[in-house]
Amino acid sequence: MKKITLEICCGTTCYMLGTQKLLQIENIMPEEWKNCVAVSAIPCLNNCTSENICGAPFVRINGEIMSHASVESIFNRIRELLPGEGEE
Amino acid sequence: MANGAEYMRRELMIRLVRAFDDGTLEQELDQIPIKLRPKDGNSSRCCIYHDRAVLKYRLMALLGFSCEEEKDEARSLASYKQEADQRKSIEKKPVLTVCSAGCSGCPDSKFMVTENCRGCFARPCTFNCPVSAVSMIGQTSHIDQSKCIKCGKCMQVCPFHAIVKTSVPCEEACPVGAIRKNEHGRAEIDFEKCVFCGKCFAACPFSAIMEKSQILDVLNQLKKRESKVVAMIAPSAYSQFPGTIEQLFTAIKQLGFDDVMEVALGAELTTAHEAREFQEKMAAGQKLMTTSCCTAYVNLVHRHLPDFAKYVSSTPSPMKYAAELVRKESPDAITVFIGPCIAKRMEALYTDLVDYVLTFEELGAILAGRKIDIMTQEAWKLTHPADELARNYAHSCGVSDAVLADLMKDQPDFKLNSKFINGIDKKTLMQLKLFASGKIPVNFLEVMACNGGCINGPCSLTKN
Repeated sequence: MKKITLEICCGTTCYMLGTQKLLQIENIMPEEWKNCVAVSAIPCLNNCTSENICGAPFVRINGEIMSHASVESIFNRIRELLPGEGEE
Repeated sequence: MANGAEYMRRELMIRLVRAFDDGTLEQELDQIPIKLRPKDGNSSRCCIYHDRAVLKYRLMALLGFSCEEEKDEARSLASYKQEADQRKSIEKKPVLTVCSAGCSGCPDSKFMVTENCRGCFARPCTFNCPVSAVSMIGQTSHIDQSKCIKCGKCMQVCPFHAIVKTSVPCEEACPVGAIRKNEHGRAEIDFEKCVFCGKCFAACPFSAIMEKSQILDVLNQLKKRESKVVAMIAPSAYSQFPGTIEQLFTAIKQLGFDDVMEVALGAELTTAHEAREFQEKMAAGQKLMTTSCCTAYVNLVHRHLPDFAKYVSSTPSPMKYAAELVRKESPDAITVFIGPCIAKRMEALYTDLVDYVLTFEELGAILAGRKIDIMTQEAWKLTHPADELARNYAHSCGVSDAVLADLMKDQPDFKLNSKFINGIDKKTLMQLKLFASGKIPVNFLEVMACNGGCINGPCSLTKN
């Protein structure tokens, strides 16, 4: 199976507004996910326009932008993307 | 980022920077509270109007004004901004301010019995209370608040964890009892007692205790470019931002600073002087010397234990030495210290060497506002990188390590009898008195107001 890509924006706005916490997501991820999810820190995704500052922090999962990213919302999205995964 | 209060504080800073750069700050300021809490939208407090009022005071503090000094409630933020633009220097006044509208007026600290109480047969709560304040009413234990002396014994002995302590976070965090309630039940800081450690600022879950920011003053200086503006970066910066320290320096340079320097270079001088001072004082028969680089600690001694002041080293802090280095090269330079500390703002007010102080939060907000990405910057070429021991000043024990290393240069077998106070709290004054009594064999005492050192300062971005 192709790995799910999770890219965490480390632009300064996102970093200030929460991604520094998300950078530790790999450590708290369920062990069995670690082979199916590729986590990387990437430079600014340019989503933090003036109207949209409060959308930060942003991440990109399989190419799809997610705003207000939290550990919970990222986990939920990964769960949806993992084939045949139920609760865990 | 640890919580919603921090998020809001940083979001407002970023918005302020962007509007400043667009030249629309004056028009936008009074709109921000409405924009962030539109009608029919969600509120964080009782209603959007309360939220808007608190946001207004937050912006006021961001413009550098204290809420306590508000005379005209109807005065617009635009008018405050005009006044701030005219400001030539920072007033010698407390750098903290309490937003009364934001303060929740937390009920006084007390011990309470929760429904976890099973009315057990052993009843250790009633047996262990030294003042017989705990009794059984029906099948539940009950604490008589008029008798309770808040010793917490009942809470410790309850096998069901049924007794909890409610607290007033700011009062609890303050090491010197400088916070009291005013006649409206809102928190108030007694600035005669306050040591500006920033613990209340970090502790308040309503974020009602705020700093008077100098962000607008620095933005104005960078725009005017009347004289050289130099950023002095505290040693605690090394673990704060994404990317390397060299990339961070390039990013700071892009904000319009003429030069960027490591305060660790000042720390090298502090080490050398402090080591020499230690040798002199020990030779003269003094038993104990303590560090002096932590401003909150020095304030604590001067305000609460003046007899102890003779033990505090008279060596200037790394910030002062760093500023001296800058001024030696360019006497007219405007110096901006950037660090994680609130007390440094006070230290800077009382020296001509440092003009402004920014926090890492404010620096991050300016970088974010201008969309300067640290990770993609070229590495800055440090002409004279500071040594590792000096860079380590921001960690607890860092100063002692550096001083010891310096002393060992001449005497390789030198032994320092050192102790540390890693983070000040309500017990610190007692500890200091104990050290002064000479009952503990120690000759070098390092005190850091923040647990773990400056890296965990109240305005740091990453708490370790």
